Amino acid sequence: MNNNETSPVPTIGRAQELIYELKVEQAMTRAVVAVSPENTMDDLRNIMREKQISGTPVLEGDTLVGIVSIEDLIKSLAQGQPPAKVREKMCTNVVTLFPDEPIVFALNQFRRYRYGRFPVVDRKSKKLVGMLTKGDIVRCLLKRLETNNIQAELCQYRPGHLFEDVIADRSALTLRYQVEGGNFEHAGNGSSRLKNSLLRLGIHPEATRRITIASYEAEMNVVVFTQGGELIATIEPDRVTVNAVDEGPGIPDVDLAMQPGYSTAPDWVRELGFGAGMGLPNIKNNTDELKINSIVGEGTNLQFTVNTIRADG
Amino acid sequence: MNLKEITQALQLSVKTGEDLLDRDVTGGYASDMLSDVLAHARKGNIWITLQTHANIVAVASTRELAGIIIVNGRTPEAETLRKADLEKIPIMSSSLSTYSIVARLSELGIKGDERV
Ligand SMILES: Nc1ncnc2c1ncn2[C@@H]1O[C@H](COP(=O)(O)OP(=O)(O)OP(=O)(O)O)[C@@H](O)[C@H]1O
Ligand SMILES: [Mg+2]
Repeated sequence: MNNNETSPVPTIGRAQELIYELKVEQAMTRAVVAVSPENTMDDLRNIMREKQISGTPVLEGDTLVGIVSIEDLIKSLAQGQPPAKVREKMCTNVVTLFPDEPIVFALNQFRRYRYGRFPVVDRKSKKLVGMLTKGDIVRCLLKRLETNNIQAELCQYRPGHLFEDVIADRSALTLRYQVEGGNFEHAGNGSSRLKNSLLRLGIHPEATRRITIASYEAEMNVVVFTQGGELIATIEPDRVTVNAVDEGPGIPDVDLAMQPGYSTAPDWVRELGFGAGMGLPNIKNNTDELKINSIVGEGTNLQFTVNTIRADG
Repeated sequence: MNLKEITQALQLSVKTGEDLLDRDVTGGYASDMLSDVLAHARKGNIWITLQTHANIVAVASTRELAGIIIVNGRTPEAETLRKADLEKIPIMSSSLSTYSIVARLSELGIKGDERV
C-alpha cells in the first residue's frame, strides 16, 4: 500500500465508459459446464480437472438449483466420508446476475460477495444462460479496447484494480491468439495484440518488451515452419507464460535448433529477412524459463515464462 | 540528432511519420535479418534495411526504434505503410545503398553500438 499516493482528478477513460456500457451478456461465457445434483463429488472432481475450471453451477433439468466450487470439493475430500453427492455439498442460496445488467454492477457484486463466478439467469424464465467470471470481464474489455484501436490507457482506469482482483482469486487470465501458417501478411499480429493487452493490464513495459520479442519469434516460427497454431498467454501476479503451440512438422533435434545461426528456412523465406537462425536464441535471451516439447510429425509446444515486476509495484 | 536533421542531410524521402521527425536518434543498426535486429538494435536506433514488407514495422515497434530507412530505392509495400501509420513508425527511403547511408550517418556522428 502506498499512503503517499496522490489522487489527481480522475479522467474517465474508454475502459471506464465500457464498464457502464457493456452488459453482462456481452462478457459472459455461454457454453456452460454444469453438473447435476445426482452427480458424485468424485464426478465433479473429474469434470473440474478435465475442463480446468474451479466451480460449476448445478442444474436440475435447466433450472439452477445450486453452485459448487473447488472449496466444497476440498472440504468434502478432507472429511473423507463415503462419496457424497453434489446435492449434499452444493451451496443452494445462489447469487445470480441478469443478462441485461451492466458490467459495473457485476463488478460490485464480485467485490461484495467475493465469489469467483456468478451464474447468469434469464429474468423471466430464471433459466441459466451463462456464467461470468472476472476473467471474462477483463477479456471482454481488452477485446473492445482492441477493436476500437485505442492506445494503452491503463493508468486512467487502472484496470490494475480489476487485474489485482482477478489474480487475487488465482483465476489466472488466459488470452489466446490464432496464428495462420504461411501467412506473412498477418504474421506478428498475435504478438502485437498480446503486447497491447499486457500494457493495458499494467504489466511493466520492460517485461512486456521481453515477452513481445519472445512471442514474436515464436509466432514467426509457427508461421514459417508449420501449418498454423496458437499463442496462449497465461497471466499471473508475478509472471506471464506463453505457449506457442502448433501441429507442424516438429523439431528433430531441439539442441541443434537452439544453436545460433542454425536454420532450415527455405531461400524465399530468407529473402524476406527470416532464417538467420536467431529466433530461438532470442527467445532464450529474453525469458526466464524456456521449454520446448516437440515430437516429429506431431507438433511443437514452445513454452516460455517471463517474471514480471508490476508497473505500479 | 533527430530524424528531421538526418532526413534533410541525407535527402531522404519520408514515407510515414512526417509528424514524428523530432524523435531523437540514439545510434544506428544495419541488417536485413529481422531476428538479428530484434536481438541487437537498441531503443531509439535508426534501422537501415532493404526489407520492405510489413514485418519490419512489427520489429521496429517491438524494439522501439526511432525509424527505418529503406535503401536501394525500394518501395515499402502498402500494408507496411498502413501498419507504420498505426504503430507510429517513421519510414524514410533513399536510392543509396546500405553502405553509403551508413557512411553518411557516421559522418553525422550517428554511431553503432560497440557492445553487440
Ligand atoms: N515451430 C517449429 N516447428 C518446426 N520447426 C521449427 C519450429 N521452430 C523452429 N523450428 C526449427 O528450428 C530452427 C531454428 O529456429 P530459429 O527461430 O532459431 O531460426 P529461424 O526461424 O530459422 O530463423 P530466424 O528466427 O532468425 O528468422 C528453424 O530453422 C526450424 O528448422
Ligand atoms: Mg525463427
